[in-house]
Amino acid sequence: MRDVAIVGIGQTPVGELWDKSLRHLGHDAVRAAMSDAGVETADALYVGNMLSGELSGQEHLATLIADFTGLRGIEAAKIEAACASGAAAMRMGVLAVASGMVDTVVVAGVEKMTDTLPAETTAGLAMAADQDYEAAEGATFVALNAMIMRRYMHEFGVTKADFAPFPIIAHENALGNPNAMFHIKLTPERYAKAPAVAPPINVMDSSPICDGAAAVVLMPYHRAQEFGQGKRLVRVAASVSATDTLAVHDRHDPLWLEAAYISSHKAYSLAGITPNDIDLFELHDAFSIMAALSLEASGFAPRGKALELAASGALARDGRLPINTMGGLKARGHPVGATGVYQIVEAVMQLRGEAGANQLDHAHIAMTQNIGGSGATILTHILIGDE
Amino acid sequence: MTESILLQPSRPVGIVGYGVYIPRYRLPATEVSKQWTGGAGGAPIKEKAVPGLDEDTATIAIEAARNALARAGLAGRDLRAIWVGSESHPYAVKPTSTIVAEAIDAVPLLQAGDWEFACKAGTEAIIAAVGLVGSGMADYAMGIGADTAQGRPGDALEYTAAAGGAALIIGPAHEALARWEGSLSYVTDTPDFWRRPGAEYPSHGMRFTGDPAYFEHVVTAGRLLMEQMNRTAADYRYVILHQPNVKFPSRAAKMLGFKPEQVETGLLSGIIGNTYSGASLVGLTAVLDEAQPGDRILVVSFGSGAGSDAISLEVTDKIEERRHLAPTTKQYIERRVVIDYATYLRYRGKIKMK
Repeated sequence: MRDVAIVGIGQTPVGELWDKSLRHLGHDAVRAAMSDAGVETADALYVGNMLSGELSGQEHLATLIADFTGLRGIEAAKIEAACASGAAAMRMGVLAVASGMVDTVVVAGVEKMTDTLPAETTAGLAMAADQDYEAAEGATFVALNAMIMRRYMHEFGVTKADFAPFPIIAHENALGNPNAMFHIKLTPERYAKAPAVAPPINVMDSSPICDGAAAVVLMPYHRAQEFGQGKRLVRVAASVSATDTLAVHDRHDPLWLEAAYISSHKAYSLAGITPNDIDLFELHDAFSIMAALSLEASGFAPRGKALELAASGALARDGRLPINTMGGLKARGHPVGATGVYQIVEAVMQLRGEAGANQLDHAHIAMTQNIGGSGATILTHILIGDE
Repeated sequence: MTESILLQPSRPVGIVGYGVYIPRYRLPATEVSKQWTGGAGGAPIKEKAVPGLDEDTATIAIEAARNALARAGLAGRDLRAIWVGSESHPYAVKPTSTIVAEAIDAVPLLQAGDWEFACKAGTEAIIAAVGLVGSGMADYAMGIGADTAQGRPGDALEYTAAAGGAALIIGPAHEALARWEGSLSYVTDTPDFWRRPGAEYPSHGMRFTGDPAYFEHVVTAGRLLMEQMNRTAADYRYVILHQPNVKFPSRAAKMLGFKPEQVETGLLSGIIGNTYSGASLVGLTAVLDEAQPGDRILVVSFGSGAGSDAISLEVTDKIEERRHLAPTTKQYIERRVVIDYATYLRYRGKIKMK
């Protein structure tokens, strides 16, 4: 088994990219990453994407993007795990390189969500849930998360206002990220007044519908020094995927992300670290409740105490565990299948010292966590920057 | 040397007469939200104009045309073209323009086909009238923008889809109450809003109707026109933009460098709704009702599908003696009868009678 290095990163801005289709988005991110890595060719392309078939009528996506990007002949496949597709594609890339079977792998996350009207997009997103027993009964994806949030508030005696720090931190950090979808500061007042989506979830708890693509180039670590144009190499110290029941009602405990617990703790073990060693955490704040549950299951806060942690200032850029340093899903955006790769790209930027206005003083070990559905598939990656 | 892209006629022309018509009925936005949101959430406007049982695009166009003739001091027979632009022509085949022509005694020696370009059908017809008169083919031509827009029940556009219209008569510049300085149109194929044959209600792309449609075309046309004329927003006393609601034109005007005081007179959608092909033209009539000689006016319409006509005008000293010769826009706005949602359903023919 070989160590895997990330030698190149690329991304498109996230937003309502009316003029960009799936193939253009994929091409732009892939070419940016390959150019950053200083490579002209690759051996394989894995593309994380959830909704290309349902919303754009296009499956067979990885091959299309390889073709359109001038990478004909290489291995290619689309990887799907709902909103965890991006990290799931990253896992495939890591497996391919680590196993010794493939040398240069491009992993891309690509999603186009704005070519359909809200009703169709919402129906598409509901496919992350159990179709027969959740979606067909009328539960939308946001409704499922709303039920979890409502139960959390009931069990732990917290109020809606206590969730505000998550989107506030996200928006604050997005101000310094030119690729982020939103560049507006969020206040507690604005959070409280935001229109309801599915109570208790309001617009400011929810990540946006948007388009975007991000990509990374992976190589065996021992060969990677020749590439990456002299930039600091980043090693993939752990790449772990775990699953849980698909339906919320089948979970042993709906307020505990078991898959986050399993994947994060196995990742710490593989990387030889503890949660205290993590310098930044790109977590999956599709809804603010998910941010809270991720922190608890990953060992950063006791059960029911994530909101206190958020209120303490510990999660801001100048705190001891900065989260979502480039805006997270809420403010950078959540082009669902692409998000997992954006998280990796942003972590690499921090580890390399390329995060610009948002650069953390100390960024040596980064953690990313990508959640599919309401917690049914969760991937944790730990990345370590070279000294 | 860069060739100018400004569209200008071969001989100087201007607006020799203008007229407006707004139906008297008003449906408050609160009546709409009461039905569909239980009163929750906001509304984009206060109230919209609703046509009565015996009104349609033809009747609105005729009233506006009569008012324009009165201000122009002309007879119907003086017009060599009557062109009605609308997205609610009473017939799919059989022109509204000929009905208007008969009603104002303009027949039989004239052009009278109908125009369609969503909400900019009226300004498109007026630019064609500028071409007809400006080329010397005719002395007077009339362009009309009028609509009785249908809002799909429960849709966001139901709050604003309204009825109204305005007519402009184009003639020689030396007879005009406002000189036509030039125009510039910016058009692409952008399907933000459309209605297929046989469909009762239009469909739209929701957020797609914003930046890539309305703003792209309105702001680009306005900017290009001012650039071509070596002007900025400060050179204009008034600006009138297409007004599907209040937010869009307010934001677009700001993007073009205009201040609220330049916008307010011509922004009526808050109190009469979006009169579609009438919208920017009705705003223009409200401005002409108060503008002073020498005032410059910028009009930028928008039609979904999509495109904008940017038009630059300069008011002449003939405005004072002519504007009182027909009812003002304000008079039509203030002549109002508030109705409820049930009456609106009946007037708009939404109740299944069989």
